[in-house]
Amino acid sequence: MSETKIYSRPESWMKEVHTHYCPGCGHGIAHRLICELIDEFGIQDKTISMAPVGCAAMMYDYIDIDYVEAPHGRAPAVATGIKRVYPEKIVFTYQGDGDLASIGMAEIIHAANRGENITVIFINNAIYGMTGGQMAPTTLIGQKATTCPLGRDPQLAGYPIRMCELLASLETPSYIERVSVARPKYTIKAKEALKKGFRYQMDKKGFSFIEVLSSCPTNWGLTPIKSFEWQLENMVPYYPLGIFKDFE
Amino acid sequence: MAKGRIEVSEDYCKSCGLCVAACPVKVLRISDRINMKGHRPVEQYKEGCIGCGMCAISCPDAAIEVYRISEE
Repeated sequence: MSETKIYSRPESWMKEVHTHYCPGCGHGIAHRLICELIDEFGIQDKTISMAPVGCAAMMYDYIDIDYVEAPHGRAPAVATGIKRVYPEKIVFTYQGDGDLASIGMAEIIHAANRGENITVIFINNAIYGMTGGQMAPTTLIGQKATTCPLGRDPQLAGYPIRMCELLASLETPSYIERVSVARPKYTIKAKEALKKGFRYQMDKKGFSFIEVLSSCPTNWGLTPIKSFEWQLENMVPYYPLGIFKDFE
Repeated sequence: MAKGRIEVSEDYCKSCGLCVAACPVKVLRISDRINMKGHRPVEQYKEGCIGCGMCAISCPDAAIEVYRISEE
């Protein structure tokens, strides 16, 4: 009889730290995948991340790498500067949908259009989580939020923005994929996508963008398990999973 | 079939139940104990773990360690 450990807490996850995320939040899964990749690539001492504004604003307490806290939405602009000064460092931004698709729309489009050699991880949960569940640009039609209590009306608020499709219309981005963390099988694919994003950056292939469909059990008013079911039933048909651009 | 076992770091667990739903052999459940944060941590309540690691892959708080037991 012998025992082999096949899974343990990642080394780059801060020791003895409890995250402030609600139970069942997709942020925790995305953080864990990033930690696992940092461990696998052995890049803990040369990775710099831009922490966003939003629920993940305190991610510098959880992943043991270097950070710059960017103003709301400006993470791709800050990352551009850092990557140009330190081209040998691994630079990634981690942004939510309120941060990236709303106030930071200009920064992300121009960073993508310049083809900056950075990795952008975009967490889409279709709502503003930290501020209390307001409507985001990615909120689905008919989905209720505190600023659209009767459901999003396209006559008033337009249609949800599909960021992957929008950025895929540009010439320069080298890799764009949408993944989910709703089930273990999707999470494994999400890890592969993130790995590709980091590898392209190390190979100096240019801008990579990975959208991760997440959940917000608290503001959706569902249990963690039900919220991932809701995501697969409602979000995935509108935000189809898959690769939108890959230079290979 | 392969055999395994899990170890739950109970103080990290937030009782979200994603691992319970992800377990293909259904050997996990939410326990009656209460941890230091006031959540009820998950536990393996019967034999039959196959060490697949699906619970660890679905855990948002990296609270689960998975071991695989080989007979040799």
